[in-house]
Parts: sequence; structure tokens; C-alpha cells
Amino acid sequence: MSSTKNPLLEAKGITKYFGTITALENVNLKVHAGECLGVVGDNGAGKSTLMKVLSGLYKPSAGSLFFQGKEEILESPRDSQNLGLEMVYQDLALAGNLPIGENIFLGREPTKNLGFIKLLDFNKIKELTNAHLDKLKINVKSADQKVEELSGGQRQAVAIARSTAFNAKVVIMDEPTAALAIKEVGKVLDLINSLKKTGVGVIVISHRMDDIFTVCDRVMALFQGTNFAEASLSNTSRDEVIGWIMGKK
Amino acid sequence: MEDKDKKIVSLHLKLMPYLEKYGILLLLVIMILVMHILQPDVFLSWRNVTNVFKQISWQSMLALGVFMVIVTAGIDLSVGSIMMLSLMILAVVAKAGAPWYIVVITPLIAGFLCGLFNGLGITLLRMPHPFIMTLGTLYIFRGTGNLISGGTPISGFTDEVRYLGHGRIDLQWLGLEKSQYLPVSLVLIAIVYIIFWIFLNHSKTGKWIYAIGGNPNAARASGINVNKILVIVYSLCGFLSGIGALILAGRTDSGYPNAGLQSELDAIAACIIGGASFFGGRGTVLGVFAGVMIMGILRNGLNLMDVSSFWQQVLIGSIIVLAVYIDVLRRDLGTRK
Repeated sequence: MSSTKNPLLEAKGITKYFGTITALENVNLKVHAGECLGVVGDNGAGKSTLMKVLSGLYKPSAGSLFFQGKEEILESPRDSQNLGLEMVYQDLALAGNLPIGENIFLGREPTKNLGFIKLLDFNKIKELTNAHLDKLKINVKSADQKVEELSGGQRQAVAIARSTAFNAKVVIMDEPTAALAIKEVGKVLDLINSLKKTGVGVIVISHRMDDIFTVCDRVMALFQGTNFAEASLSNTSRDEVIGWIMGKK
Repeated sequence: MEDKDKKIVSLHLKLMPYLEKYGILLLLVIMILVMHILQPDVFLSWRNVTNVFKQISWQSMLALGVFMVIVTAGIDLSVGSIMMLSLMILAVVAKAGAPWYIVVITPLIAGFLCGLFNGLGITLLRMPHPFIMTLGTLYIFRGTGNLISGGTPISGFTDEVRYLGHGRIDLQWLGLEKSQYLPVSLVLIAIVYIIFWIFLNHSKTGKWIYAIGGNPNAARASGINVNKILVIVYSLCGFLSGIGALILAGRTDSGYPNAGLQSELDAIAACIIGGASFFGGRGTVLGVFAGVMIMGILRNGLNLMDVSSFWQQVLIGSIIVLAVYIDVLRRDLGTRK
């Protein structure tokens, strides 16, 4: 685990324009190892855009990203994945027609050589999937089950499992509990807590104060594409954070 | 009583995956049995069976190409025109007196390039749907084919050029009669289908093709270059149409302007009957093969029984609707909404 002083991931002065629209303006963010940062803000405040910049899906118009103190330029999601920066998307980004294991390893499938051709190693996918799901205490019937047959909570768990299958150092989650039944929310929050314990930095975007106040150590608010307020959880209250979302300090 | 119901339900659940995988083969077997009962002397004779395979040989190439495209939730309407253009190029090159190994390779390259053109058009020009790009090239390629040939048939190829479509593998060494030969096109179908089965199910690229059909956003977020994969898929589809052209050249010994007219619709129909989903991500190579076979056997059987080709159209259309309806019912049982 790196020192708690140096942030694992730091974004400085991130600005993003879409044509004439300014989605983000001079936004700063940092997260340490083993820490959970909550990002709140109203619809259109720029939370999702910021996350997409961090994951390499959007290129920022200005500003820079530092990972473990080194400046990095992300050209694609593959670049951020290679650094250990993983994203769990709000729409889950799972292919429902594929089994759990193949979703977890999608784009990074283990292969075996048969002469000069590379074939997918289905046994290894299954083995690694089962081991990984066990580690995260995620219960599913079988790694061969198709994702479209799973419940919302199980899908979220698979999405989180996927984000952590390759030694992730920072996991970014966009509304991880938004689509879940109440009894499934607790399981996902437990999962986030156990990720923190393994030294992973977690960024959670959420509307739900319950989520923020259960798992986060620090919370920052975006308002109209800018940094609005930030505090550690012990120095703030629900009412204050809700006020920030609406643009009141 | 309740226990009995439960048992039936659990039996259903156990059978479902097998039905989903092999149900279409069951339909094929039933069709073969029915045709055999209706035409006991002719239908399963060596001559007729090899005939069916010869008839479906080039359609099976187009269907396989279109299938890959459909798995990505796309569509390729231009395969018939790609085949015609490739055939015309082959004919022109052959007439110009090029050696056979050049003539044989031209339709494959031409088909590949046509598919590449489709793929680049869809991705670089950001067409709202592949339907539009390939509808355009359906006209462009056929028009080009007529331009280079002057709109007239060009006939007469050498035996080497005709080998894939017309060649025979003699089986007399097995003690069979001379008329009991194996068409080369049948062997070709088997080889091509096995290669593409391995490609789609056991390679990374193949898995990504299914992933793109299942959820393109998921594929993109996983770092898969979706546009690159799409270009590969459309190029391979064109390449398979080029193989179709080479087979057709062998079968007909001629490049003719109406080659492959409306065959894109047959290819799509075979995929749909074989269980491919228009929404992408679903379907198997085996299913496509069964779809092609069902259409081929239906046509052949109805011809044997002297049923008018108008009835054939009505029946094939009905089978498409029925096959998809069965699919809808099956999916209702199997998936969470």
C-alpha cells in the first residue's frame, strides 16, 4: 500500500467542452489507496463526464491526470485499465448474451496456443472466475450462467467483480446501487467496503446519501461542472451535502 | 398432483438448453423424414442428396457471411451484388486469358475489398445503420458488375477455375459406383463452416463479435476497438461472397448479370430460420447451416413433388415467421425481462 499522503489518482484542472457546452471546468479530484471518495451533484453537474474522463473514454479538453504521482495521458479505456484504473458503469456495460466468466474477462481473455493459433482457454476463464467470485464472496449458480439471467444485484456484483479481476488500484463506480432492490444494496455496499480493505481506492458517484454515508471517507460535490465543496465525512452532515447538491453552502 | 407438475416443469428447464441449442436440428431431421416418406425412392438417393448440397453450396457461403454481420446486430444487403461483381470480375479476367491461379484468386480479393468498402463506409462515414450503407452498395456493386461486363453473360471457364463448384471426388476406391461421387463443393462447405465455427467460438475476435452484438457499449468499455471488429466482419462477409462467386462460376460456367439476384434475402432468411437474432449476439454456425439446409431441402422436396415455385415462396415465408415465433416463445420462458 502506498503512503497515505500521496494520492493514488489525482486529476488537476480538468476541463471538457462538448462543442460550445462546457461540461467540466477546472475540476480537481484525488483519491488515496484504501479510501472511498463520494462524488455528488445534481443531474448535469458533470459527474458522469468526469468519470468518463478518468476512465479514458473521453479526452479532456484541458487538465492533466496523475496516477501514482506520474502524469498519464489516456487514449482509450484500455490505457486506463492497463494502469489499474477500472470503471463500473451505470448501465453496467455487460454483454447479457455472454456468460459471467466471459464478461469478467471480456477484452482480456486468457488464451492457449494450439500450434500457431491462439484459442480461448475456457477452462482457465472458468477457474479464474470461480476463484475471483469466491474471493469477493459473490454467490452465483455457475460461472457459465448468462448475465441476462441474473438479478440486478447479481449483475452489479459481476460488474464490480469484472472491475477488480485484474489487480485494480482504483475502481470508479457510477451509481452502483441505483438499479437495485433494497436488500441487494447492502450486499453491494459490503463489497465496496471489502475492496477498500484490500487497499483499492474507490470513487463512488451516487445520489443516495445512505450509500455515501455508509462507505465513503470523503465527499466532494460538483455544481454546474465545477468543484463546489469537499469535506471528510466526519466533518459534514447529510443536510449539508444535500445543500451542496442544490448549490447552497 | 403438484409433485407431478413440478417434475414436468423441472424436466422442461433441463431440456430448454438442449432445445435452444439443437431444436433447429430437430426441425431439420423431421423435414428430412417427412420428405423421405413422401418421396421414398428419390429423396434420399445419392444423386438427390448431392444435388441438394450442390444447390445450397454458394448460398451457404452468403448465409455464413450475413450471419456474422447479424451477430453484430448489423445487416448486409449487398452480398448478392458482391457475389455478382466478383463473378463478373472473374469472368473478365478469365476471358483476358489470365492463368487459372490468378482467375481463382480474383473473386476472393474482389469480394474482400467490397466487404472492406462496406465496413469502412459504415464506420468512417458513421452511417446511422448498416442497412443504408449496404443498400447503397447493393446497387453500386451490381451496377459496376454490369459496367465491366457490358451487361452480357461471359461464359466458358477452364476446369481448374470450375473445380470448386463443379469438381467431383471419385469414391470408386470405396467400392461405390461411378455415379456415387462426392461434390467438391460439399467438402468446401464443411471446411469453411468448421473454420468459421472455430473462429467465432474459440478466438478472441469471435468472442468480441458476439459481445458487440450483445452490448456494443460493454465491448467499447472493455477496450475492444468496435469499429475495427466491424470492418473485419464486413470484410469477411465480402470474402465469403467471393467464395460464393467462385463456386457459382464452377456450377454455371458463366458470369451473368442476374447472378445472385435477391440471394441476400435468402441468406438473411436462412440465418433467421437458423435462430440468429436481429438484435445481435445470438445464433450459432450450426443453426445457420441448418437454416440453409431447411431452405434447400424445402425447395428440392417441393420441386420433386412438382409443387409450383409460387407455393415454395409462400412456404418459405411462412417458415420464417413460424421459426421466429417459436424463438419468441422460447425466449419468453428463458430470460428475465
